[in-house]
Amino acid sequence: MSPAIRIAGVTKRFRSLQALAGVDLEVAQGEFFGLLGPNGAGKTTLISSLAGLARPDSGTLEVMGHDVVRDYRAARMALGVVPQELVFDPFFNVREMLRIQSGYFGIRNNDDWIDEILHHLDLTEKASSNMRMLSGGMKRRALVAQALVHRPPVIVLDEPTAGVDVELRHGLWQFIRKLNQDGHTIVLTTHYLEEAESLCGRIAMLKAGRIVALDTTANLLQRFASHTLQVRLAKAVIVPPDLEACVLSRDNLQWTLGFDNFDEVGHLLAGLKSAGAEIVDMALGKPDLEQVFVGVMNQN
Amino acid sequence: MEGFKTLLYKECLRFWKVGFQTVLSPVLNAVLYLLIFGHVLEDHVQPFPGVNYTAFLVPGLVMMTVLQNAFANSSSSLIQSKITGNIVFVLLPPISYREFYSAYVLAAVLRGGLCGIGVVLAALPFAHLPFAEPLWIVVFALVGGAFLASLGVIAGIWADKFDQLAAFQNFLIMPLTMLSGVFYSIHSLPGFWQGVSHFNPFFFMIDGFRYGFFGVSDVSPWVSLGVVTVCFVVLAVLTLQMLARGYKLRA
Repeated sequence: MSPAIRIAGVTKRFRSLQALAGVDLEVAQGEFFGLLGPNGAGKTTLISSLAGLARPDSGTLEVMGHDVVRDYRAARMALGVVPQELVFDPFFNVREMLRIQSGYFGIRNNDDWIDEILHHLDLTEKASSNMRMLSGGMKRRALVAQALVHRPPVIVLDEPTAGVDVELRHGLWQFIRKLNQDGHTIVLTTHYLEEAESLCGRIAMLKAGRIVALDTTANLLQRFASHTLQVRLAKAVIVPPDLEACVLSRDNLQWTLGFDNFDEVGHLLAGLKSAGAEIVDMALGKPDLEQVFVGVMNQN
Repeated sequence: MEGFKTLLYKECLRFWKVGFQTVLSPVLNAVLYLLIFGHVLEDHVQPFPGVNYTAFLVPGLVMMTVLQNAFANSSSSLIQSKITGNIVFVLLPPISYREFYSAYVLAAVLRGGLCGIGVVLAALPFAHLPFAEPLWIVVFALVGGAFLASLGVIAGIWADKFDQLAAFQNFLIMPLTMLSGVFYSIHSLPGFWQGVSHFNPFFFMIDGFRYGFFGVSDVSPWVSLGVVTVCFVVLAVLTLQMLARGYKLRA
């Protein structure tokens, strides 16, 4: 079985900016995959290359085994992309837009599926509304609907929840989860790392056009430590040299220290005390993706 | 093929939804030209023997309307889609660059044709139009419209802002149209300017189109058709190459 997405040796340069510097990546069919990275890391360029919106300088990209250049028709039929920008055609209402989008993919009489998408995305009542009249969150969901009209096996969501309120975001993820359970491969980019942590089985982190981390979410979460000790200090102190390696994040008086075995807690507390730190609050926990993300980005 | 048909339908629906602006306004403009210039010059100019000035003016105005609206349709649709970003909806599906080109050009020709028919119908009460060679009328409207529609695709893709598109329209399309013999026969010009007119492809479009109405023209309609066809083919090849390369559309 071919992977849902295969990316090999992809480079792309925009004048002096090396947007992609040799990306290799495979996403298996049925995965819920996260593509994370800071702004300008190359996420959107990679997605654009996959969707045929950008042409890489070198390398190959395949969707469901179809090369996106040589076999672009089959590759595009297999791919649904929710773009990052909130774009819409002001001439049409939601249903017209979805019918037109269906036609672009060679599908006629697609109203049954369109009704189902509208229902799941809570847009049924807005089907006859002009796109201009929709709120930002509704426009975002209409974009998701557009990406799904041709029932693509691979769905790429480029920051789909930006500007969507909590309730709608919840509903959106329920629907995307259902699509994934039905066998669709989902690739997600987001700046909401807690979403990626709870949804994605595997995650790639990009920085400056390179993949700097690629693993299952569970493995990534244990990359720097199995547990965390979060302490709040009464006043700022210098990090003791023997604790430097354990500090996962430090925000003035709020420190997060990582460790693997609970018997290391005593050593950490002793180190803090020797540095003159006065602890006013403390909690044990598990590392979250944000801490791992910061760690990976700092490491590279 | 379904993708092409849908894009064509969408492009037609787009201009139809704003029909006052895209169809009725150009027709009204042309009728105003006809009434004003016809009234002022009717008794002073007889461009062809047996053809009065108002009748002479009608085919020129019709063709001018066809050409300008064919250009406006493809160019404005593309630049609007580029600037608002919704061009992505046409670029993501499996639509080939040839289908893309054909749909935009055909929709533009249809709008140009619709406007042209509107002008003819509006002009009928004011002028006797013999429709001497109707096939030539159709052929020149189609080829001329497709030529300007292709130019519109190029301008729409090339321009990054509306200002650049307006410059394209006002400094290229408008002068070439106005100086192409819409309002006069080139035989009324001094020799030098007659020669210059032969470098303007719009002159051949309008002259050939006018031949279809009266069976009389400044140059042979076959020559005009040859010139216009060659210009269209050159432009079509250029536009298709731009689209195949993804110029300003696919990064």
